[in-house]
Amino acid sequence: MEKQKTRQFKLKVASSPENLGTIREFIHDISLNAGFDSETAGQIELAVDEACTNVIKHAHKYEYDKSIDLLVLLDAQKITVTITDRGLGFDVNKVAKPDLQKYIHEAKKGGLGIHLMRSLMDEVQFEFNPGVKNQVTMVKYFKNNK
Amino acid sequence: MSGFTVERSDKDDISVLYISGFLDLHTVPKFEEAVQNLVNETHFKIIVNFQKLDYISSAGLGVFMGFIEEIREQEGDIVLCCMSDRVYKVFDLLGFPALFKIVSNEEEAMQKFNSAG
Repeated sequence: MEKQKTRQFKLKVASSPENLGTIREFIHDISLNAGFDSETAGQIELAVDEACTNVIKHAHKYEYDKSIDLLVLLDAQKITVTITDRGLGFDVNKVAKPDLQKYIHEAKKGGLGIHLMRSLMDEVQFEFNPGVKNQVTMVKYFKNNK
Repeated sequence: MSGFTVERSDKDDISVLYISGFLDLHTVPKFEEAVQNLVNETHFKIIVNFQKLDYISSAGLGVFMGFIEEIREQEGDIVLCCMSDRVYKVFDLLGFPALFKIVSNEEEAMQKFNSAG
């Protein structure tokens, strides 16, 4: 049997909010070219934006000299996006489903990103080794392969 | 894929913010400043028109959460209108329709204030 070929794409950018547009374009183009429909490519793009926003805000605390690494793997079944940083990690188990009413009462502006990532992607996994390497890996399957 | 603009138009005591482009962590300070200016000027009846907004991430949604209670305490509100399906789905995924008035056009948004007044 012929072995399925996996295609690989990499992007390394400075950890700055102004690079989010470049990151989204990179992910959106790969997703569309891989055969995802426009709506699904938009979902993958948003999930990756949310992950990188978390890195810029929480892991790197807006230190723009740090970098974010994106690795995209494409095979016949799925797209896998891994985002790596070397900043501060956090306890993902403490991030519960957001309680909007409570957030509004506290005028809290964040906390929604991880919930969006989990809603938009089929699989989301975190690995933390603070200061050394933190990774979030997200998978989206092609509809007929899920 | 990263520009964002916000324009304001006051109609009697209602202020409409017309937002366009991409609202993310990079561009959100511009939107936050526009809402903050309205609050500082005690304009608490606010409509945000999303007709020309292509993209929103949770950084943009956070602005609504950050201001809404203060604005409602002042007998005001933020009414959202004219969203594309793509943008609405982001609000919907996070449960916003239960807590915010989201309507299809600006006229309907105006009526929300007129009927409440």
